[in-house]
Amino acid sequence: MHETAVAESILNTIIAQAETADAKPVSAVISCGQFNALNDECMQFAFEAAAAGTVCESMLLNIKHVPLRAKCKKCDATFEFDVYKPACSQCDSMEFDFKRDAPLLLETIEFEE
Amino acid sequence: MKISLNQKILSRNEECAKKNRIFFDEHGVFCLNVISSPGSGKTTTISRTIKDLGDKIRIGVVEGDIKTDTDAQKIRDAGGEAVQIETHGACHLSAEQVYNALKALDAEKMDVVIIENVGNLVCPSAFDLGESKRVILLSVPEGDDKPIKYPGTFAEADVVLINKIDLKDYIDFNLERVLADIRVVNPDAAIFQVSATTGEGMDQWYDWLINKNGAAQSAR
Repeated sequence: MHETAVAESILNTIIAQAETADAKPVSAVISCGQFNALNDECMQFAFEAAAAGTVCESMLLNIKHVPLRAKCKKCDATFEFDVYKPACSQCDSMEFDFKRDAPLLLETIEFEE
Repeated sequence: MKISLNQKILSRNEECAKKNRIFFDEHGVFCLNVISSPGSGKTTTISRTIKDLGDKIRIGVVEGDIKTDTDAQKIRDAGGEAVQIETHGACHLSAEQVYNALKALDAEKMDVVIIENVGNLVCPSAFDLGESKRVILLSVPEGDDKPIKYPGTFAEADVVLINKIDLKDYIDFNLERVLADIRVVNPDAAIFQVSATTGEGMDQWYDWLINKNGAAQSAR
């Protein structure tokens, strides 16, 4: 349940930004890679719980999952890596290099007009 | 009004991990972050390593557990120095907790600091502690499907120790599958098959540790 630590981190940033902007936050977008093991339901629950009683209460949190690209060593094809089918989408080879997995990012915050 | 931040979410932890890394570099300390499921033999492996290498290198241990100082006590019984962090429910160690523990351990006097993370194969991998290398432990009785079920954790490993290898003939455990699945997500990690109880295969692990520690020392 590392989602609680992620939720607290996001919340602290949004609260600080809300003070600077002097506006109520309505939604935020976060993104994560394939290896961050971020579960949407846990994340929403943790954020909702952490936000209760703050300026962020009832805010909308959008979670984007960024695909992980891999490059086949056999046929050079670039494809989206699927943990449950770890093979090249073109030639089924299991030898490939990963591109960098996307980090956990707080991308945008939207405030009330 | 919409603002773009693109800020790393765990940036506070990463800032503190950076501080730890600077500390290790300055004092020539080689630091390992050991991650595994509960019961896979982290404490036994670390204890045996201290017993066998204690006269060659000075090893300090930071123990992370939800509750109790049982593990720190086991390390002391093995002749090592240990500081216990009780996380009181948290499923991983943070860089800040480690920073505080390093002071209590007199870590600057150590050749090697081993951080034994909270037993959990998911959450600890998201938190950089500033370690030099990351060690993932997987024990035979846990089953051969762990690397493919927890790919993110194995992808970040510098070393994978397959522990309790003495039990492999008694359990339905496909070693070839495990090795292949680790390679799918991590082509570079050093993989050692060991038994911390019988001592089988531990020499290779020690060679790696002394070798890497030596590299850290000469960089001083």
